[in-house]
Amino acid sequence: MNEVWTFSDYMQMVIAAILVNNILLARFLGNCPFLGVSRKMETATGMAMSVIFVMTLAGIFTWMVYHYLLVPFNLAYLRTIFFILVIAALVQLVEMFLQKSFPALYQALGIYLPLITTNCAVLGVAVINVDNEYNFLQMVVFSFASAAGFGLALILFTGIREQIEASSIPDFMKGTAIGLLTAGLISLAFFGFAGIVE
Amino acid sequence: MSLWNDFSKGFWNDIPPFRLVLGLCPTLAVTTEAVGGLAMGLATTFVLTCSNTLISSLRKIIPRKVRLASYIVVIASFVVVVELLMQAYFYRLFLFLGIFINLIVVNCIILGRAEAFASKRPILNSMADGLGIGLGFTISLTVLGTIREILGAGTLSLGFAKISVFGPDFIPFSFMVRPPGAFVCLGLLLGLMNIISRGRI
Repeated sequence: MNEVWTFSDYMQMVIAAILVNNILLARFLGNCPFLGVSRKMETATGMAMSVIFVMTLAGIFTWMVYHYLLVPFNLAYLRTIFFILVIAALVQLVEMFLQKSFPALYQALGIYLPLITTNCAVLGVAVINVDNEYNFLQMVVFSFASAAGFGLALILFTGIREQIEASSIPDFMKGTAIGLLTAGLISLAFFGFAGIVE
Repeated sequence: MSLWNDFSKGFWNDIPPFRLVLGLCPTLAVTTEAVGGLAMGLATTFVLTCSNTLISSLRKIIPRKVRLASYIVVIASFVVVVELLMQAYFYRLFLFLGIFINLIVVNCIILGRAEAFASKRPILNSMADGLGIGLGFTISLTVLGTIREILGAGTLSLGFAKISVFGPDFIPFSFMVRPPGAFVCLGLLLGLMNIISRGRI
């Protein structure tokens, strides 16, 4: 992992993170908001934007905490506690910062920001970053691409789900059950990308 | 009697992840083998019971404003305990569950029970609630893992032994152990549960 990476290596990483190992559909991270906020397109885009924003920042901060604080003091085994605290604090800070400086953006993202603390995709990406021993640039690219993959899958899924609301399906499959089947089909479609990157 | 109700509601009325649609990520990710589902369920049960008990006993001390942060610290501490114990004594399972052991922290079932139940109720009731919901989660995951493993690989892993269910000529329906199969299988099980509890289609 520590040899010099060329531009094409980074492109491969981006494509792999968005399409092949999509964080929602192949790694199964962040499925609760995936099913929870996918009823309306507005809420889904709000959530997708917030996740892209927070996940990239959280990746950077947890990586720095891990490498400059936990590793030097031999505290790596406590990373779960530290990471979740960093993420929770970061979400709070981002929320206050947006409220003061970018009220319009805050209005748009407002209610989704607190939910992100318990979005397992954020903590998941932070852990994957240090498990795979990415360097700083790889970590930033991977965090951003994973978040973009989350947004893509969420928005596609919401588009389909809005159509399902209007169609007649058997009573016992309504709601979450048909949502899960739909997610399975999207996951199957993404599975077709498996050959792109080795 | 109410203690029994708090315990037993986790097995059907509030069984996660079907009735409480929470904690989907581990449900989908670790159920490619029955034993994976069982291990994940038991680990979650341990964390849920301990955190419910501790949070309930601290419920009058924790200030309301910082309650979520406090709950997360309590939960994360128990997750570290589980992580280190599994690494020491169940290394194969530790590797199989991988990142999802860390992610018990953000399993919304645990935070959800802390907020909805343990922060308001006495210690014994909270313990019963945690144990019941946790065991319900374990049952769901084990059932899902068993179905997926039998159909997708033709085997059933019981602890350390793997038995072949359909004999050597079986061609595995590998869709079921792949990611799409997880979604489809869970969706169909949820539909089946709806039929059973309504008594009609």
